[in-house]
Amino acid sequence: MKERLISFLLFLCALVSIASLAIITFFIFQAGLPLIFRVGLGNFLESSLWNPSGDPQSFGIAAMILGSIWVTLGAIVVGVPLGLAVAIFSAEIAPPRLAMLIRPVIQLLAGIPSVIYGFIGLTILAPAIRATFGGPGLSVLTAALILGIMILPSIISISEDALRAVPSAYRDGSLAVGATRWQTIWRVLVPAARSGIVASVILGMGRALGETMAVIMMLGNALQVPRSPLDSATTLTSNIGLELAYASGAHRDALFATGVVLFVLIMILNILANIFTGRVTFWQRLSAFRPAVFNGRAAWRRRNT
Amino acid sequence: MKRQHSQLVAFAGLWFAASLTIVILAIIIMYILAQGLPYVNLEFLTGRPLEQGREGGIFPTILGTLALGAVSLVLAVPLGVGAAVFLTEYTRPSPLTTIMRFGTDSLAGVPSIIFGLFGFIFFVTRLHMSWSLLAGGLTLALMVLPTIIRTTEEAIRAVPVAYREVSYGLGASRWQMVRTVVLPNALPGIITGIILSFGRAVGETAAVIFTAGTALNIPTSILSPTRTMAVHFYILAVEGISLQKAYATGAVLIISILAINVLANALITRSVSRAVRR
Amino acid sequence: MTPKIEIDQFSYRYGDEIALNTISLQVQPNTILAIFGPARGGKTTLLRSMNRLTEIGEPGTHSGRILLDGQDIFAPGTDIATLRRRVGMVFALPVALPMTIFDNVAYGPRMRGVRSRSQLQDLVQSALQSAALWDEVQDRLDTPAQALSGGQQQRISIARVLALEPEVILLDEPTAALDPISTAKIEEALMELKQQYTIVIAPHNVQQAGRIADDAAFFLMGECIEAGPASQIFTMPRDRRTEDYITGRFG
Repeated sequence: MKERLISFLLFLCALVSIASLAIITFFIFQAGLPLIFRVGLGNFLESSLWNPSGDPQSFGIAAMILGSIWVTLGAIVVGVPLGLAVAIFSAEIAPPRLAMLIRPVIQLLAGIPSVIYGFIGLTILAPAIRATFGGPGLSVLTAALILGIMILPSIISISEDALRAVPSAYRDGSLAVGATRWQTIWRVLVPAARSGIVASVILGMGRALGETMAVIMMLGNALQVPRSPLDSATTLTSNIGLELAYASGAHRDALFATGVVLFVLIMILNILANIFTGRVTFWQRLSAFRPAVFNGRAAWRRRNT
Repeated sequence: MKRQHSQLVAFAGLWFAASLTIVILAIIIMYILAQGLPYVNLEFLTGRPLEQGREGGIFPTILGTLALGAVSLVLAVPLGVGAAVFLTEYTRPSPLTTIMRFGTDSLAGVPSIIFGLFGFIFFVTRLHMSWSLLAGGLTLALMVLPTIIRTTEEAIRAVPVAYREVSYGLGASRWQMVRTVVLPNALPGIITGIILSFGRAVGETAAVIFTAGTALNIPTSILSPTRTMAVHFYILAVEGISLQKAYATGAVLIISILAINVLANALITRSVSRAVRR
Repeated sequence: MTPKIEIDQFSYRYGDEIALNTISLQVQPNTILAIFGPARGGKTTLLRSMNRLTEIGEPGTHSGRILLDGQDIFAPGTDIATLRRRVGMVFALPVALPMTIFDNVAYGPRMRGVRSRSQLQDLVQSALQSAALWDEVQDRLDTPAQALSGGQQQRISIARVLALEPEVILLDEPTAALDPISTAKIEEALMELKQQYTIVIAPHNVQQAGRIADDAAFFLMGECIEAGPASQIFTMPRDRRTEDYITGRFG
């Protein structure tokens, strides 16, 4: 009896994450969707006019979407080459001691609060960029550089795992036919770890897209479509972060509608990453439990090999 | 020779990337500490902020951070450990566990601002908790849940199967086996997960600011609004209240994060060396 | 005499793979039955079926019955924990749980709900004495059991089962990982223990089976080829394959 009760309680615990994901989805959509329907999805996504205090109010998030895209892609351009290089370094060529040092460094980079990163961007990088290239300093470039560092931990740890998971026979085989270590890494190991590396990039994109406070601090929050990397801009997240505290009525609904768009984008990225990771994906795992009829072909093939 | 040459260049690039990463981390930490530590003293740590934080200390925000971290862990640890035990010891792979894992994976990928929006509309508004330790703690609990589930699952999987067989063989029930064999042996790993989750709670801003609020009082009950160090730091910096106090608060934040990571690492190293000795 | 355990047309399969094929065997009380034969013959599966340890991990499916004192252990409503206390199991590799010697031996009784310290002490002492370990560890019961030698850890495993006050003891190659001296100690202990218990052992080798068994059964690829008194099986096997195995022509 006691055993039954305990296993039921544990079952409830295990339900909490999927249940909270469902509740989060429900409440964000419930708060945001009505406004999207009222304004029209096309209008909401394509208009870059955001004027919640005007009369009439207008809610278009095109400028923020573009800002998010610029900043996210910029972060990828900065973070992926650097992160991949570090991953290759610590998986393949680092002396064991140095590899041991890299791990806590990555862990710390992941642990530093995003507001600290934003502050570094605000106080060191933005003035430097203003002095060097002109412009307002608080810009897409600043945000992209710092976000590129912020996504390093995701990129390094997942890529490194993927590289380490490549069977050592690949490495030995390549070296045995006279390839140099670098040729082996670049022509054999990296391609073999491709799906994990792609997944790391997608998850890094998700982090950059979802980052809020650091972006608010570095991007200048100008409601405009950025024309160059030196322009200020605003993103989906930073607009929510800046305005939620005082928004009310339709304005608040519009911020939740922005949240809906962000949420959908993030879930798409999560699912993509899930598909690219070496791990069996959600859909594959689920289809493994389909009735045997649907797996007839696969079973037939197995039996005949 | 050309092949050797290109390898040399490539390896130089890799060494450079690794050193650059370490240098960046060092610069961030050194910069904040160098700018902030001179202003950190006992009075700063134990004093109350005056004039929105322009003067005085950060004592209420330290308390707020600890309280919020504690509330979220009190909620998330039993749930997360329970979920991990269920997924590892009580079920075999099935469509249901697949959906549960999908939930955990996805929750881990949800950005903190979405948690902030949700906590604001659900806990703060719908459940009338207003800005409070409770609303913030609940929101953070959901955020750190995946971390706790995953680290606990990993720790549980590292417990030798032979222990389970011995325990079952001696007539232990499932829960007795879990309680006497699995949990004690997975404990160091579970604690590491808890410490890292606390670190996330300390550093989080977006999810906290809209659920726990920004009040600069010492929290007196679970329903008091509160301001954490990270939120305080953000407000000082963004609203240009006091750069000097911002640096000082940042330094305290960085030191807390450093301490948390060192602690977690020490635990990992200890449990690894214990596993080797086994 | 009524058998302590009666295995009746018992089969066990993992997916498509047949691990045990319609086995029928009887175990008389206070005897040692040795189940011997080459690897993958189904010995471990049969032992683990007898206290339903097959149900942890990757379970297969079974058919037929295993009767303990005339009761089918697979009958619905059977309390598995009680079954496992009546039928204790010692594994091939010595596994001391990461706790003290005392806590290891007292583990089973504690799970059954015994709380009294003096009762536990009595149980631990007599179990360790029966397992021929008391003299070696009596003054360090509070030290970690994993610090003991392999042979001592295996006797801890036996003592742990004895502390359950079981009726049947199953041993799956209990001396596989041990040196000759430890092996001799354990065999000696087993000869003593059969006064009180019914023992089923998958011995480490034919010689061990010959030394300790009253009855023996030869298993080959999931089939029980022949069973009978040890004296007969090891001197005049009826089946050619048994003879070949005993004389070392394969295995």
